[in-house]
Amino acid sequence: MNFDDTPQEAAFRETARKWIEANAPKELHAELSKSSLGRIRLANHDIVDVGKAWQKKKFEGNWACLHWPREYGGRGATPIERVIWQQEEGVYGKLTQPFQIGEGMCGPTVMAFGSEDAKRRYLPKLASGEEIWCQLFSEPSAGSDVAGLRTRAEKKGDNWVVNGQKIWTSGAHYSDYGLLIARTDPNVPKHKGLTMFFLDMKSPGVEVRPIKQANGMQEFNEVYFTDVVIPDSQRLGAVGDGWSVSLTTLMNERMSIGARLATGVPEMFEFCSNLMLEDGLAIDDPAVRSKLASWAAKSSGLKYTSYRTISALSKGERPGPENSIGKLVSGMMLQDIATYAMDLQGAAGVLTGNDEETVQGQFQQMLLSSPSMRIAGGTDEILRNIIAERVLGLPGDIRVDKDVPYNKIPTKGR
Amino acid sequence: MNFDFSDDQKQLRDQARKFLAEKCSPKAVRVVLDGKAPYDKELWKGLAEMGFLGVAIPEEFGGAGAGHLELCVIAEEMGRANAPVPFSSTVYLAAEALLIAGSDAQKKKWLPAIASGEAIGTLALFEGKGNPSPKNVKLTAANGVLNGVKKPVADGAIADFAVVAARTGSNGRDGDISLFLVDLKAGGVEVKNLTNLDPTRGQAEITFKDCKAEPLGAAGEGWSILTQVLDRAAVLCAFEQVGGADRALEMGRDYALDRIAFGRQIGSFQAVKHMLADMYVSATLARSNSYYGAWALSTNAAELPEAAAAARISATQAFQHCAKNNIQVHGGMGFTWEFDCHMYYRRANTMALGLGSLSYWEDQLIDRMRKKNAA
Repeated sequence: MNFDDTPQEAAFRETARKWIEANAPKELHAELSKSSLGRIRLANHDIVDVGKAWQKKKFEGNWACLHWPREYGGRGATPIERVIWQQEEGVYGKLTQPFQIGEGMCGPTVMAFGSEDAKRRYLPKLASGEEIWCQLFSEPSAGSDVAGLRTRAEKKGDNWVVNGQKIWTSGAHYSDYGLLIARTDPNVPKHKGLTMFFLDMKSPGVEVRPIKQANGMQEFNEVYFTDVVIPDSQRLGAVGDGWSVSLTTLMNERMSIGARLATGVPEMFEFCSNLMLEDGLAIDDPAVRSKLASWAAKSSGLKYTSYRTISALSKGERPGPENSIGKLVSGMMLQDIATYAMDLQGAAGVLTGNDEETVQGQFQQMLLSSPSMRIAGGTDEILRNIIAERVLGLPGDIRVDKDVPYNKIPTKGR
Repeated sequence: MNFDFSDDQKQLRDQARKFLAEKCSPKAVRVVLDGKAPYDKELWKGLAEMGFLGVAIPEEFGGAGAGHLELCVIAEEMGRANAPVPFSSTVYLAAEALLIAGSDAQKKKWLPAIASGEAIGTLALFEGKGNPSPKNVKLTAANGVLNGVKKPVADGAIADFAVVAARTGSNGRDGDISLFLVDLKAGGVEVKNLTNLDPTRGQAEITFKDCKAEPLGAAGEGWSILTQVLDRAAVLCAFEQVGGADRALEMGRDYALDRIAFGRQIGSFQAVKHMLADMYVSATLARSNSYYGAWALSTNAAELPEAAAAARISATQAFQHCAKNNIQVHGGMGFTWEFDCHMYYRRANTMALGLGSLSYWEDQLIDRMRKKNAA
């Protein structure tokens, strides 16, 4: 048991480190190092502009999408090399935010189901950051039950005509292409009538509208489709196979290992170390210590769980299911920590401005943003289902709509 | 990075699991639970023959000289099997105290006897309520004799010797405490069995009356040695707790698959599925923290105090959580004496207190994190 690299890993790390040292935008290091939840905001730069510049440099140096094959713009790297790269890229990795959906989900789906022409045309430009991709799955009536989606694609000659609405699309407003799942047959049960496509986001009839979120920010979009034409050559997988294609996409989402999830623990530890309560420092209060210690132990548990996953990758093994707990644990913890930090602030806890008492409102912001951590990318409930079914082998839910044609499923309760 | 046990260590774990499945069935545990024996002597003998008791004891003192990582994998299996033997008292506490502070003669006398299963040892630290703290040690040592009462002492009624924490000063400092080694069969002690939460592991009151004792380690060093012993034991106990948590989770999972209510497996109800998923989450966090503790223990790293506290907290919470919800998944059957659920519930809540309570270790973790941040 050790935390050391193998000689090959150490050599790879050294090469990566040297390249980053020579090429990274160091002027942004301090600003990127500040901890933040959600979208990165930079004072004097647009994240997409600086992100594209960094991605292009990486691509030219052969460091973009490194686990992809070389002919599609990658480096042909092993999973552990990818983890080492992410560790070395460190805070500069935040600049890759606009490309993560493309690299993690859209790209692998095109790789698995696209024609050779499509792969050579689209993947290198995705890897270089020249073209940004978004993912068009969720709908207002299809969140956890994404297979219940309503957006229709109808065949007209060699084309498909799409009408409907998607929601929670990160980066739709700056994306060039989108991966779209749509209903092509409403007369069969819901999982069987879906088909996957990709489309040019500048196509006529595509309208992107930002969503104002509960925390007051605008990070996601709604995307409306009105008679949008997609050539059949942009279909991925067979007609009616969209569900199984989407599973490839989502599986790749879950494979993104080494992604550090914010837990709020370092912020809370620092806050309690400095906060003066009536009887002394918060961190000397037994009730505070008890909560803080439990959170710290959870947070270190997550850290060493990811180390176990990395170790499996290092040995060339498939990682175990343990990595599936990360978002479930950290999402709830963020919310709990934010609530408790505000409790310690007492009356001043309601203030959200640049107030000294609330440490510039960082926990208030955490409180307002944390609900999304428990919903996006699989709700807590879906994650528990996944653990229960795939890890513990418990039965799947009884699905009353399973064998019912999609157009016979009730759409409203009561 | 190789943050995992080696193939040899995993093989040892499999070997221990197989051995315990055979020699330590729930039926065997129940012999002790029902008060028909103070501990499982046959199992103890078998553990010695397998080399498990002395796995981390150096060869020169009669052990296998393997190491602490090997001891961790065996500890996990002991917890999984709910073994009714004085393993933690003898191996994690008494043997570790001897390894840290024993003289050559003391090691030669007791360590080979531990490895061969001839001697049971324990740590006599607590005196009634309260957590590990120098100020809670009232038993006195003067002129080579001890006077005072220790309770509860885990496995005290079956132990052959004890490491005893005694007061040798009154300056209100850690240096007031010294450790002593007492041969419990040599007179000067009165041992009384105490009823307790988990009858598969005895608890005793030991009264020392002008009891002859030899110092273990230097005078005034007792608390510093004890802190190290407790940290090591925290990691080893964490593995037992992880083993117990995993077993409780498995029992709950298996029952949820087997039991039918409302015309379907109860494991198909989300309320039950999510309860089991949360148990898996706790058990996984505990396992990962314990691995880190194992690394720190086996390398004697500077990170051990912090790693041990995190492992202890995480494993205590996981075992309590899994044992409690295992009963809940079982419903009424889980509350019968006949089902094994209560044995893990008892063990989980006993282990949660044995080295100091959860709040004690939470306190320790914060102190240790602050110390690290300050450095």
